[in-house]
Amino acid sequence: MTTRRDFLRISGMGIVVLYTMDIRELMARRTFQFRDYPKDFNAYLRIGEDGRVAFFTGKIEMGQGVYTSLPQMLAEELDVPLSSVDPILGDTDLCPWDMGTFGSMSTRFFGPPMRQAAAEAKAVLKDLAAERLGVPPDRLGTRDGVVYDVADPAVSVTYAELARGQRIERVVRGEVSRDEPTGYTVSGVATERQDGRAKVTGQARYAADIRLDGMLSARILRPPAHGSRLRDADTTRAASVEGVRVVRDGDLVAVLHRHPDVAQEALGMVTATWDPPAEGPGSSNIFEYLEGNLPEARVVSEAGSLSAGRAASETVRESTFRANYMAHAPMEPHAALASVDGQGATIWASTQNPFTLRREAAEILGCPEEDVRVITPFVGGGFGGKTENDQAHEAVRLSRAVGAPVQVAWTREEEFFYDSFRPATIVHVASGVDHAGRLVFWDYRNLHGGNRSSDPVYAIPHHRVTSAGGWGGSGPRYHPLRVGAWRGPGANVNHFAIESQVDIMAEVAGRDPLSFRLEHAKDERVRGVLRAAADLFGEEWRAGPSGRGHGVASGADAGTVVAAMAEVDVDRKTGAVRVLRVVCAQDMGEVINPEGARMQMEGGLIQGLGYALREEIHFDRGAIIERNFDRYELPRFSWLPSIEVTIVDNPALGPQGGGEPSVTMVGAVLANAIHDAIGKRMHELPMTPERVLAALA
Amino acid sequence: MRRAIRFTVNGRPVEVDAEPGRLLLWVLRSDLGLTGTKYGCGERECGACTVLVDGRPVFSCRQRVGSVEGREVMTAEGVASPDGTLHPVQEALVEHGGLQCGFCTPGMVMRAVGFLRRNPDPTREDIARGMETNLCRCGTYNRIVDAVEQAARQLRAQEDRP
Ligand code: FES
Ligand code: FES
Repeated sequence: MTTRRDFLRISGMGIVVLYTMDIRELMARRTFQFRDYPKDFNAYLRIGEDGRVAFFTGKIEMGQGVYTSLPQMLAEELDVPLSSVDPILGDTDLCPWDMGTFGSMSTRFFGPPMRQAAAEAKAVLKDLAAERLGVPPDRLGTRDGVVYDVADPAVSVTYAELARGQRIERVVRGEVSRDEPTGYTVSGVATERQDGRAKVTGQARYAADIRLDGMLSARILRPPAHGSRLRDADTTRAASVEGVRVVRDGDLVAVLHRHPDVAQEALGMVTATWDPPAEGPGSSNIFEYLEGNLPEARVVSEAGSLSAGRAASETVRESTFRANYMAHAPMEPHAALASVDGQGATIWASTQNPFTLRREAAEILGCPEEDVRVITPFVGGGFGGKTENDQAHEAVRLSRAVGAPVQVAWTREEEFFYDSFRPATIVHVASGVDHAGRLVFWDYRNLHGGNRSSDPVYAIPHHRVTSAGGWGGSGPRYHPLRVGAWRGPGANVNHFAIESQVDIMAEVAGRDPLSFRLEHAKDERVRGVLRAAADLFGEEWRAGPSGRGHGVASGADAGTVVAAMAEVDVDRKTGAVRVLRVVCAQDMGEVINPEGARMQMEGGLIQGLGYALREEIHFDRGAIIERNFDRYELPRFSWLPSIEVTIVDNPALGPQGGGEPSVTMVGAVLANAIHDAIGKRMHELPMTPERVLAALA
Repeated sequence: MRRAIRFTVNGRPVEVDAEPGRLLLWVLRSDLGLTGTKYGCGERECGACTVLVDGRPVFSCRQRVGSVEGREVMTAEGVASPDGTLHPVQEALVEHGGLQCGFCTPGMVMRAVGFLRRNPDPTREDIARGMETNLCRCGTYNRIVDAVEQAARQLRAQEDRP
């Protein structure tokens, strides 16, 4: 197996830029936990003797477009054509350590040190060129993979020529100054996806597409409900099928065959008896259960005094909002191929955090992490769900057991059953406006959903925001189902609750929902996106409910501020909501790939229709009711509203998270639009036809 | 009973030694190594496994391999010209950004190619209806409709050329 040190040795010719990424410092602003930091130098990029630039990142491509945007940033910084950059993603032997791809952090946090690395490489190139051309470095310019004399551009040398015969390593220390973000030619320019061709021709490989000689596909015996225990299993019939191998490793019972469908059929011949799970809550009483099972609340933000705020209010409104469990449901179910041998393991996995998986696999095998290599092919959607790597753990255990490479590719039923759902959430909020219609009081409590984006983007003199539990930390312990981060974790529900309540207060104040928001907006960025969305929407705003089905929402997520407007039509007979139009404006700081950013925004808006209107996981004592797309309804072509998005330019800020903010608007903006249409307030996500009918009754 | 089953895939004759009752999806992916066709649900609910059989889109996850005996199967790997020129549907999807994670994409390509064969001049509503069986979790529907619209125009222009 090639270790990263070997790799650097064999790839030694050329110019390699290494770094000790100061992740601690970068991440100090975040609340994530870190167990290990990079202990050695990690390569960022290598300029080869052919002038091609290999670019290494522990990030993975799951649709969000870093396969395009990160190379774009690098190409820009290094002054090379985008086509000469070869991205290598998510390979733990080759790429610098990374915590994982989530939280809209790829360009936000990875971008700056990567740019430093490129600046470092350029400094080396200029030094080499100065010597070669006999020109002082400060008279040298770079362009399209060439260093040239500014005074006489004919005097020039290519990066390839400079790299030839060299073996130079540089460490990023952040001392080389980089160019100011002006005059971008590659970055900041709309660019076609670099992975597009591979994906439309079926050539792009996902974890389940990787094939090794002698590999076996595994199908695993699953319990009928979470918490049931296997009493016994009879595998004799399955084992008699030609070519089938049966593995029993403690609680793991698997049937393996060269072909996954044959393994599946053989698994059907296994008879098993299970002990039922212990008593537990179900969908019918989940909110009572959660109210009675509360972790300690933490204050997210606080100002003034709640009692003074209440006293200053002329009208106070109290509301409770709820959201149900929902699934990630990426089109690609979890898959992994593991090849375990005496030396360690190589694992191909659909994962959002290959380095975490490396550690987990090393723990399973009882070997050093260096002996495990995780390779991440294209990932077919993650949305937070592929930060859990159970399928790869199973593949590792099974490969160790049979001594052959083993593929574990979950069925859709397994994908639903083992998902880490968006947590069911309760929000209690009380708020008040004074005699002048000013929002002066805001008491907001999120239970079990998470604190992200729970602080409103409005200036309210007396407010307190608290959060108890959620999808991270110890929060999941309090849920009867496994929960985790779902794209814009916490923010979807917080925005739904905050923006619904703000609409209620606007109505109390007799104001239209847009001017009410503009007036209370915390800062110019919030006003900026609201105005940009309003321009695009192009409708007059009136105090609600106007009967027209218009809604507005705004918020902040992952450093980005966002606003959305929508128009809906509600069928009063069936309760069905038809979304006619959604517009969205986003200020996400500097934008690397505007086309990619718009794609992410639009995708988020369309995806958001699902959690807003239909997607819901029902369960009963550990049994998951929705196990496939027949019952779990995703947005589809026929739902498609007209979608318009716009980006508010703000290059001075540096890139912010762009993949999640728009999705967090959808529940909020549709709730407000529905209210505007029918004069009824929706208090629970998803806003299914049944719930709309109940509100109308 | 296992037996030799012959059909063509992407214009190439193949023979597999398989139970006729096995599902085409797995024969393509596992026996023939054509992994461009994806599994998404196994229940005709997502369209990720869409391939063309004699020019018509089918869900390969529920299609028995015995039923395609002697017939022509086309998968995403076989849509572009042998010289690598993309089919107008593929080209338009790349150009319009009608894909993100790309997992639904091969199925979308096949659905659209099959659809346009029988509906050369569709409206946007026709396209949405024709593609309805295929799911995209990344939410690229609007751009897929744009792309299929453009591909339809381009295919008609090619037809018109003498
Ligand atoms: S895999 Fe065949 S329709 Fe989903
Ligand atoms: S592009 Fe990801 S599912 Fe369609």
